[in-house]
Amino acid sequence: MSVLVYTESEGGKLKKIAFEVASYAKAVADQMGTTVTAITINADDVSELGTYGVDKVLKVKDSKLDTFNAKTYANIIKQAAEKEGTKVVVVSSSEDSKYLAPILAVGLDAGYASNVVEAPTSAAPFTVKRNAFTNKAFVFSTIDTDVKIVGVSKNTFGLKEKSASATAEDFSPSIPENGVHVDSVEKATNTVTIADAEIVVSGGRGLKGPENWGMIEDLAKVLGAATACSKPVSDLGWRPHGEHVGQTGKPVAANLYIAIGISGAIQHLAGINASKVKVVINSDPEAPFFKAADYGVVGDAFEVVPKLTEKLKEFKAQNA
Amino acid sequence: MKILVCISHVPDTTSKINFTDGDTKLDTNGVQFVINPNDEFGLTRAMWFKEKQGVTVDVVNVGGPETEPTLRKALAIGADSAIRVNTAATDGFAVAKQLANVVKAGGYDLIIAGRESIDYNGGMVPGMLAELIGANFITNCISLEVDGTNAKAVREIDGGKETVTTTLPLVIGGQKGLVEESDLRIPNMRGIMMARQKPLSVVEPVAATKETSTLKFEKPEPRGAVKMISPDNLDELIRLLHNEAKVI
Repeated sequence: MSVLVYTESEGGKLKKIAFEVASYAKAVADQMGTTVTAITINADDVSELGTYGVDKVLKVKDSKLDTFNAKTYANIIKQAAEKEGTKVVVVSSSEDSKYLAPILAVGLDAGYASNVVEAPTSAAPFTVKRNAFTNKAFVFSTIDTDVKIVGVSKNTFGLKEKSASATAEDFSPSIPENGVHVDSVEKATNTVTIADAEIVVSGGRGLKGPENWGMIEDLAKVLGAATACSKPVSDLGWRPHGEHVGQTGKPVAANLYIAIGISGAIQHLAGINASKVKVVINSDPEAPFFKAADYGVVGDAFEVVPKLTEKLKEFKAQNA
Repeated sequence: MKILVCISHVPDTTSKINFTDGDTKLDTNGVQFVINPNDEFGLTRAMWFKEKQGVTVDVVNVGGPETEPTLRKALAIGADSAIRVNTAATDGFAVAKQLANVVKAGGYDLIIAGRESIDYNGGMVPGMLAELIGANFITNCISLEVDGTNAKAVREIDGGKETVTTTLPLVIGGQKGLVEESDLRIPNMRGIMMARQKPLSVVEPVAATKETSTLKFEKPEPRGAVKMISPDNLDELIRLLHNEAKVI
């Protein structure tokens, strides 16, 4: 009967979103008067999950699972859900979880609601609030099936610490073969990804050319931020595709989004609106982005950005 | 190979989103509907297969008669025929069920959908469809080549990309990258004229259980006014981000 939460890891280390979905699962379990079971795949130290309300961890370890495969992972989570007699499965909104959740939903005959932003507003009928219309509205939906899957939107529920600890047990599910084979993975190392970043620094056409991205990278480095760009910049080939954020690019749900030389087309705003605080630096005081911003600076990016980077360095040094 | 492209009929991004009937329905007044952008990248890639490999490309939508202009647009872009499943699309699973029936009836072995629609953003229909028909599934797909029954694809992952190989039957969750923005086609007059002659068949839905229900919509709180900071006073920006917004 326990709530099952899939807590993701990268290179053996639990991701921050794992703690957010665990916190969410705890809130659901409290509403239902039950416990939380987490499943990890090739994570090393899982003890921290207890701090976020997990009672029991099912640890799966197998070198065959080193590379993510949606169908295989979905099957393993299904086996865990059946073993636990789970009625609610909680997953994140990472690209991996969004990939596996629909497969899992069919496997468990479960209704699935993605992009959920709050704890269920009611346990019966099971009602959740989701983002819709690319952050332009919310929708309240019920999940009407016996088993339910909730995909939690990143950076919405937050981390809720408890003073508790989790027990861990090994879980050895069968690992089925499937028809999609991952031949190679290219992942930038030593840089923060847009998906995991708390802060994202993004540049637009106002930067005039790819040779000027050094100052974006410098600012991002001081803040421990990921770098991103607007659609025209990726269309022009100034920056790689993977950095394009907006409606047809990657979604951003960071704590802080700094837009430099981006006018703020509606398609761009749709993709980044889930970010909490937006700072806009643009030389054009009429740029539409200012209307969607929390803080704005009208000025030449080539002067403002290096100055801001220097001042942030001083600030970081003082507050270290 | 026989290709089916799934087309969602969605409000254009620039449309104002409002609701009616006690916030239970989208107010379609003044809303311009378009082919879901993620689907359009897939449709354009399908046109490439049609032209290079001589395959048939059909399009399908689950929805009422009001979605037909969107299907006609897909025909004008170059699809051979269109199918509309005559039922409102209100639940991802129920839509996947309808699509599964169309795929089986038509014997399609490559189904291209968008990674998500820009209205409900559920991102679940392609994956559910793949499971229902027992096909392989690749989402966030940014490159796709098919040779016989073998497919090679690249998909975007958090922080990078991966190359995968698989076989047909295959369902794709497509996005920008399958083709570039500049490859998208605006229907020309000849295409529009030809689209009028192309078959658009209406099929009645099969029984499908809805797994979720929409209760009501809500618009976000209007946001506060932007605080403008002089470029000569960046210390103030840092102070606000630290003390007020608490994000650094």
